[in-house]
Amino acid sequence: MNKPQPQLAPPPIRPSSRWNSLTRSPHFVYVLIAPLFLILLAYVVYPFFQTFLQSLQMEGSFSLQNYSRFFSLEHTANLEALWTSVYISVLSVITCGIVGVAMAFLLERYEFPGRKLLAVLVLVPMALPPLIGVLSFEFLYGSSGIIPRGLQHLLHLDKPPFTLKGIWGVLVVHTFTMYTYFYMTASSAIKGLDPSLEEAASNLGANRFTIWRRVILPMLTPAIVAASLLVFMISMASYTAPLIFGIERTMTMQIYLSRTNGDLDMAATQSTLLSVVSILFLILMRWYQGARNYQNMSKGVSVHRTEVKSKAGRNTAMVLSFLGVLVLMLPILVIVLLAFSEDGKWTTQVLPPSYTLDHFKDLFTDSKTWRPIANSFKISIAATIGNLLFGVAAAYAIVRMNFKGKTLLDILIMLPWALPGTVVAVNLITAFSEPNAFSFGQVLIGSFWILPLAYFVRHLPLIFRSTSSTLMQTDRSVEEAARNLGASWWYTFRRVVFPMALSGILAGTLLALVEGIGEFVASILLYTNKTTPISVEIFQRMYAFEFGTACAYGVLQIVMIILVLYVSRRLTGGNAGSAI
Amino acid sequence: MIGVTLDRVSKTFGGAKGVEDVDVHIHPGEFFTFLGPSGCGKTTTLRMIAGFYYPSDGRILFGEHNVTHMPPNKRNTGMVFQNYALFPHMTVFENIAFGLQVRKQGKAEINEKVTRAQKLVHLDGYGQRRIDQLSGGQQQRVALARALVIEPNILLLDEPLSNLDAKLREETRQEIKRLQLELGITTIYVTHDQSEAMSMSDRIMVMKDGVVQQIGTPHEIYNRPVNRFVASFIGESNLWEGTVERLEGDRVDVRLAPDLRLTGLANNASPECKLAVGRKVTLSVRPEAVREASASERGEDNTMAAKVLLSEFTGISVNYIAQAGPLSVKAMFVGQGHRMRERDEEVLFTVAPDSIYFLE
Repeated sequence: MNKPQPQLAPPPIRPSSRWNSLTRSPHFVYVLIAPLFLILLAYVVYPFFQTFLQSLQMEGSFSLQNYSRFFSLEHTANLEALWTSVYISVLSVITCGIVGVAMAFLLERYEFPGRKLLAVLVLVPMALPPLIGVLSFEFLYGSSGIIPRGLQHLLHLDKPPFTLKGIWGVLVVHTFTMYTYFYMTASSAIKGLDPSLEEAASNLGANRFTIWRRVILPMLTPAIVAASLLVFMISMASYTAPLIFGIERTMTMQIYLSRTNGDLDMAATQSTLLSVVSILFLILMRWYQGARNYQNMSKGVSVHRTEVKSKAGRNTAMVLSFLGVLVLMLPILVIVLLAFSEDGKWTTQVLPPSYTLDHFKDLFTDSKTWRPIANSFKISIAATIGNLLFGVAAAYAIVRMNFKGKTLLDILIMLPWALPGTVVAVNLITAFSEPNAFSFGQVLIGSFWILPLAYFVRHLPLIFRSTSSTLMQTDRSVEEAARNLGASWWYTFRRVVFPMALSGILAGTLLALVEGIGEFVASILLYTNKTTPISVEIFQRMYAFEFGTACAYGVLQIVMIILVLYVSRRLTGGNAGSAI
Repeated sequence: MIGVTLDRVSKTFGGAKGVEDVDVHIHPGEFFTFLGPSGCGKTTTLRMIAGFYYPSDGRILFGEHNVTHMPPNKRNTGMVFQNYALFPHMTVFENIAFGLQVRKQGKAEINEKVTRAQKLVHLDGYGQRRIDQLSGGQQQRVALARALVIEPNILLLDEPLSNLDAKLREETRQEIKRLQLELGITTIYVTHDQSEAMSMSDRIMVMKDGVVQQIGTPHEIYNRPVNRFVASFIGESNLWEGTVERLEGDRVDVRLAPDLRLTGLANNASPECKLAVGRKVTLSVRPEAVREASASERGEDNTMAAKVLLSEFTGISVNYIAQAGPLSVKAMFVGQGHRMRERDEEVLFTVAPDSIYFLE
């Protein structure tokens, strides 16, 4: 049996090269993470710190005057802005919460005609690029909007019965675009609710109402609180809605105005204060997520849907879901419709009077209209390549490695996500309007590279998060098995880790790419005439009353987003929520 | 203490059959077990008793009271779920107190009862712990205390031990039995583990594919199984097929192979098995009933020479799988005084006539 078989003799152990001894050293991990920290230091921390320094300066010397100006009771514009931002955000949280949680319960717990269609369309607001979303509401419900004018026409009124404007406009847009955060967290919490908990409560004598009050709602609290904090943060950072609906007294608008008025010290002060608020909320959110975790312990849970059976109930449900579908679809439909309308012909009619295909032809043939598209793609691709390299490395380091400063790395990566786009732009402006080591001795402001840099920073967490969540789902022992079979660290990474995380990596990459194509908030502060991206171009065309061309760009953005959402849903098997 | 009657209960899910025609009366204070492989309908039956499903057909009675369509929260049964279903947002104390709060009992009373229940399951002092700070065994005991504290008419246990490791399972099993005896509560226990069922139950109902196979005491189920399924599911058994050759008085000769004949007793037959010359029957012989024969017994009736294929020593016993002609023989020798045979050695087996059981 055991005849010596020379071909099966153990291969000689490879003489350890310098690289091998390097990768085996316990300090190797620091070689890997040093560049990560350096990048974060250069493009997140340093710009932020520069802004902070600038806010402490008055005509070149240290002073707290900017802050006393901000809080001064004589010129209350800033305080008013802070107050308006806060109360719009609080109201947004409330309205989004009501709409999102109610939708989640309806769709997860009840079976009614139209449920399936509604369940798909409920995520449509996510397919709207920020600027296009707001514009569609202006077109639909604004002072010269289709719906108010249509109603006026239909009912023979002297003036439109209602128009969406001012703070109400901002609130409605916030509700429409942000209820999805509540919807998604609440619906996954409802899906994760273990039915046996309800059964246990019922077995112990609790009736429906008690089960709701004592079991279901407390279990949903973490989801609701997390979504509230998120929506509050995003509302505070909201820039597009106040811009279009003309609310100047919000923090983001004030920063923009200070910057365009050349009051850079004030812009820095406002940015710093807004960042502080956002970061506080980020910390609060992470703390809360860590403190409360009601992950359900059983597997293979099936959610039971109650069928709406009574005739009246079914009819009401049908009408309401039809209305729901209509409200959800209208913003996209109106953008598509307007994309075919001739520029400058739509004045006082309910709907645009004449239509053309020219805008779409122009998009790809006219070099002037093509340029923003090319710009956007160039910028996004450059930024996404950076995000990809950084995100995968950081995700691997955080999920799989042990090193000092792990929490710090985690926080620094999440930081740009908490920072409003306006603040990111202001930070980059303060840091890179003069040459320094991090910009390789160049002045980045006014150059092409400032935009990819801004996109890179803004979308830093996207690929990181989607990759780390797929990495966390894969068993570490698979990697150990590869090592056990003789693979080197790098070989294991290439052949095992990377392919396993590929779906998450791709999903995050696509998302970063498409977010870049829709980016508006930071671009508007950083673009030059040569580097105008799509969203800025849309904004400018709007002001030139070229609605058709603007909307054609919008349709392009929407199509790309829907495509990406679809692909990444397929890639991650419906867990695309992890990328948000 | 009340009894439970399942009066010809059936349950279908859509078109699929869940359980069929279960007809059983569970006595007050009895420890009754539903036993069967997964998918046999035992949990479905239990959930109908708890009220989570309503039967498609038949009635369920608690004592004399018809509860067939009573909602679960009105039945006053205490259930321990397979995954325990503890409320993760409540402490141990709050979990146990939940049922009492629903019943609107006074604060002092709740405090006292919960404390007593905690003592009962050896969790005194754990009241303020969160559920995720408990081990699996502790969680299991919280679930038990939560079900018992409401003083239920009937205790329902749905595979309560399946998430515990072997050692803990043993302990908890004895603990549950102790509590049941002390409290004298009517208990219905669902499991797929036959040794659990055997050791705890007053009576067992064996189910397969939604159909009840046999109801009886552990003794009856083990020693007088009604069919091959019960014989092989409960404990281990040699199942040999042969033809009846001769019937003389209460002696039955069965030919298993040209050179192998076994003799058994006619009253050791399941009710379903009709003995007649020329009929094919199945012989069920428990491995522990196979004895080692001395050399002088070679060639006698009921003795066979076998070649060892596999032998294992478990500490308590020596187990063999051996080949006797066409028959595969499982044998188990308990205790000392037996020389353990290695693979390929010959061993001489004998089976006493009264330890052969005839099946259809």
